[in-house]
Amino acid sequence: MFFMVNVDELRKKFTESLQNAADSRDIEALRVEYLGKKGSVTELLKGMKDLAGEEKKEFGQQVNILKNEIAEAVSRKVTEMQQAAVKREIESMPEFDLTAPPTLDRGSYHPITLVQRECEEVFRSMGFTVEDYAEIVTDYECFESLNIPKHHPARDMQDTYYLTNGQLLKSQTSAAQNAIYKKYRKALVEEGKPIKAVFPGRCFRNETTDACHENTFFQMEGVMVDKDISISNLIFFMKTMLSEVFKKDIRVRLRPGFFPFVEPGFELDISCLICGGEGCPSCKHSGWLELCPCGMIHPEVLKAGGIDPEEYTGFAFGLGMTRLAMMKYGIADIRDLNSGDLRRLSQFTQDC
Amino acid sequence: MLISMNWIGDFVDLDGLDKLDLIHRFSLSTAEVENEIFNKGSDIEGIVIAEILSVEPHPESKKLHLLKVNAGGSEPVDVVCGAPNVRVGMKTAFAPLGARIGEITIAPRKLAGIPSNGMCCSEAELGLSDNNSGIMEITDDIPNGTLLKDAYQVDDIVFEVDNKSLTNRPDLWGHYGIAREFSVLAGRPLKPIEKVDLSQYDGLPGVDMKIEDPLCYRYACIKVDNITRNVSPVNMRLRLYYCGMRAINFLADITNYIMMEMGQPMHAFDSRKVEHIRIKRFPEPFEFQTLDKEMRHIDTDTLMICNGDTPVAIAGIMGGLDSEIVEDTSALTLESACFDPVSIRKSTVRLSHRTDASMRYEKSLDPEMVADAIGRFLKLLTQYDDGVKVISALTDEYAYRYPAVAFDFDRRFVDRYTGIDIDDATILKTLTSLGFDVTQSGDVFSVKVPSWRATKDVTIKADIIEEITRIYGYDNFDVHTTKAPLYPVEISVEKNVEDHIKDMLVKRYSLHEVHSYVWPYYDEFKELGIEVEDNIGLLDSPVVIRRSIAPTQLCQVKINTMYAPDFGIFEIGRIADGVNAETNLVNEHKKLNITLFSKTCTLEQLYLRMRDMVAVLADDIKHQPVTFEKQEASHQWQHPKNLNSVICAGKKIGEIGLPHPIIAANIDKKAAIVYCEIDIDDFAAVPSAGIVYDEPSKYPEIEVDLTFRTPVFAPIAIAIRRTNSPLVRRVRLADIFDDETGRALTVRITFSDKDKTLTREEVNVVVDKIIGTLKEQGIALKE
Repeated sequence: MFFMVNVDELRKKFTESLQNAADSRDIEALRVEYLGKKGSVTELLKGMKDLAGEEKKEFGQQVNILKNEIAEAVSRKVTEMQQAAVKREIESMPEFDLTAPPTLDRGSYHPITLVQRECEEVFRSMGFTVEDYAEIVTDYECFESLNIPKHHPARDMQDTYYLTNGQLLKSQTSAAQNAIYKKYRKALVEEGKPIKAVFPGRCFRNETTDACHENTFFQMEGVMVDKDISISNLIFFMKTMLSEVFKKDIRVRLRPGFFPFVEPGFELDISCLICGGEGCPSCKHSGWLELCPCGMIHPEVLKAGGIDPEEYTGFAFGLGMTRLAMMKYGIADIRDLNSGDLRRLSQFTQDC
Repeated sequence: MLISMNWIGDFVDLDGLDKLDLIHRFSLSTAEVENEIFNKGSDIEGIVIAEILSVEPHPESKKLHLLKVNAGGSEPVDVVCGAPNVRVGMKTAFAPLGARIGEITIAPRKLAGIPSNGMCCSEAELGLSDNNSGIMEITDDIPNGTLLKDAYQVDDIVFEVDNKSLTNRPDLWGHYGIAREFSVLAGRPLKPIEKVDLSQYDGLPGVDMKIEDPLCYRYACIKVDNITRNVSPVNMRLRLYYCGMRAINFLADITNYIMMEMGQPMHAFDSRKVEHIRIKRFPEPFEFQTLDKEMRHIDTDTLMICNGDTPVAIAGIMGGLDSEIVEDTSALTLESACFDPVSIRKSTVRLSHRTDASMRYEKSLDPEMVADAIGRFLKLLTQYDDGVKVISALTDEYAYRYPAVAFDFDRRFVDRYTGIDIDDATILKTLTSLGFDVTQSGDVFSVKVPSWRATKDVTIKADIIEEITRIYGYDNFDVHTTKAPLYPVEISVEKNVEDHIKDMLVKRYSLHEVHSYVWPYYDEFKELGIEVEDNIGLLDSPVVIRRSIAPTQLCQVKINTMYAPDFGIFEIGRIADGVNAETNLVNEHKKLNITLFSKTCTLEQLYLRMRDMVAVLADDIKHQPVTFEKQEASHQWQHPKNLNSVICAGKKIGEIGLPHPIIAANIDKKAAIVYCEIDIDDFAAVPSAGIVYDEPSKYPEIEVDLTFRTPVFAPIAIAIRRTNSPLVRRVRLADIFDDETGRALTVRITFSDKDKTLTREEVNVVVDKIIGTLKEQGIALKE
């Protein structure tokens, strides 16, 4: 039984070697040493040809058992080592330091853009188109078509930036009204499509600037014209829109206000955003904030836009975007908005 | 304008009504009331009228006197008083022990060692005027011990109406007009103003007066003699003071009083100076001294009141110094007039001098008031000074009448304007109580507008809606939405493009949006060395409109150099590019301007970053590639080199460039600065190529890297394009080498075939073509 002794010795030797194997390379070498083409086990099998009968069969079985044992042991050892390696990797993984402030490499929107977009969203959702308009307009667009007569104080040189060619920097977004009526009058008259439009834009007034006054500011004008648009509708729309804009239930109240392009004209107050109407320093204890002028579009203004005031009525309103932005973000100095100062402006990011 | 509720009470009985509530309703229905409402007289309590019985010098003080006063009690009261005007027999306002002035309750106290049991008060101490020169002198015969508040209208509620909210309501510039509103709101009748009947003077000779200029609508005057009273009655002075006017003298006070009551400005001349009143303008300008002693320049558009050819007053604005009432004036000529409102306003602007009178005239006062104001004036004058004699007939020339305003409207009109149901009775009652003459016939209402509303305020049917609804109360409106049909909302391409650009620049490139002014930043330009470019400008001003946003943005970069080592800002704003010669309209353009600033990368890297940004915008929004074309600098602030037009779909949409090196150095010597300008309308007009989906090949791609000795990529791109090979999928610049022999560029070309696996041979054919083409141009492969 010499051969059997060899099998046992080989098994013993392998077991020792396997125990000494340090890494996967050693194991691979072991596997080759025993199971490779010229490996020890393979060599044993080669010796089988000298045997015969039962002995050969017996020996063959023993060698095969050894062969399987080695293969299994190798595979087991490989798995063990892999697991150990993963474990070591996990253990040696350092924990990252998140205590340092993150780098906020992000851009920013101008606060007017944020407020304007919010308003546009609200108006779009109520079926209003958003219109763009020039900043340099004619006297006709800014005044005459809006029922502001030649001698009206609003046309005084000291308030309006007139240009040398007779045009002017628009002093109000209302300057777009006439063009918008003309653009949509056909659809109104022929297809019965109501005119519903808002038009944000930059306006200019010749004022000395200080923390509360700017010569360059943003407004958003809105108009709606159809058959039978009423004061009741105006109040409804203003209340609904403003509640959406401020994201809370806003109470509104109208007071008579005079603006040549509306009749009747109103000053619209909203319940104070800070105290909700109880009275606080923000609203000078009145519970109300004066927010925007509005009114029923003056018949002469409709006429100038080619719309028959006997058949159609409409309302118009003007929201101060600059004022809204200041209210919303607590900006105390209006001049910050045009300053280009990134220490201030970079703070305004997407605001949902 | 300050309004006294006592004064309102002269014309409307407000007894038993909550006055604060009425004021609140006035604010919601008529005109804006300022928040603070003044409770006049609430600061004093227990003040009585007392008579000085004796005046003795104070042993320790030259200023103080020891008085005995009769304050209505059985015993005289000992008082120490420091006022200079104390004298025996004088009646004054006295605060006895226990009376209150402000926070102080009067208690016995010693003054320079002598006890005083009360205090004689000045008008200023009591808040009745700003006169603090001595204790109050009371000339009326009122029993001692009478409470001051019982003797005079010391207690009053005063509120302020925002003048701006009255610009279109000439009728509200006096208490009577305001009282009419209160009468309607309270539902109580409005009392007429008491006047004297002027026809009683018809037999007297008239005044020589003539309107010689259409700017004067109406002029009335009357001569009065023998005015002896100098100080106005206390109640009159109180009202004037409470309403923000100082009492001056009886005559001036009545003039002011009438103005504050009826809204009609008046003026009194020394009759000797206005024997031949003429109202006219002068053909030549001249200097004129007004009664505030200022010399004023009168131009040929300013209407003047004259004595013959001598100007005596600026019509509707201020009297002249020479014709003022003086010490020895015996007879005076009262003026009440109405002028062209626009002319008055323009004159005040030219003179830079606005007065209480001009402020009212420019609102288009009702000329019907002119004679009534004289009747009212004489009523007050004779009421308080019984020696007064009228010595002329009323002389009244009514040169221009506003046309009467009358129109019809029907129920349907009211219904569709209001959107609610206001009944006929309410309409009739509201308009009638506001002074409109209304008749109803079926559904049709016919209205005649009262003269005080017909000068400009109420002219059309829509104005009537305001009258009905403001009194009805907007708070009482039932509000509802419209029944308009729904249609999809159009969104303009420009608007979309603008929004996408902003999102892309902020979200992807971390840029910051800024705003700026449309005129050059003169001081900052100077500092950076940027010259202001000639352009259309503001009238009567050296200021021009900017031709480009870029210089402005360079100034904004300058203030932010410490903000971060790398940043970028952008704005979508407008510029003017001169005037269109044909239309005479300004060529206005909307531009996107981006400026990048970096202390960490090279100018070239920053420039390429800008290039990529623009390419991404065009690719993302329009699915179009951009190309660049060298361009000549045309502005002083531009760097002469590296200025490139941005071409998209064959059209120039903008440019990328650098600031001039001097300007760049002035901003930051160590930083790279690159700008880009895109015309929003031109970019928006680029047709979108749309998303064209390209199914990737199922077969493997082959990548080939070729390195050519060339500093410019263009020949490589052209050579690749010239192969016309459908196998070329992508081309990109993979690497750049710089060595002593110059620059070499590695191009990575990706080949693929949709239908089969590519062979090396097929690819090599194309590659050889490329190499061949470039070789012909002297561009060799790098070894």
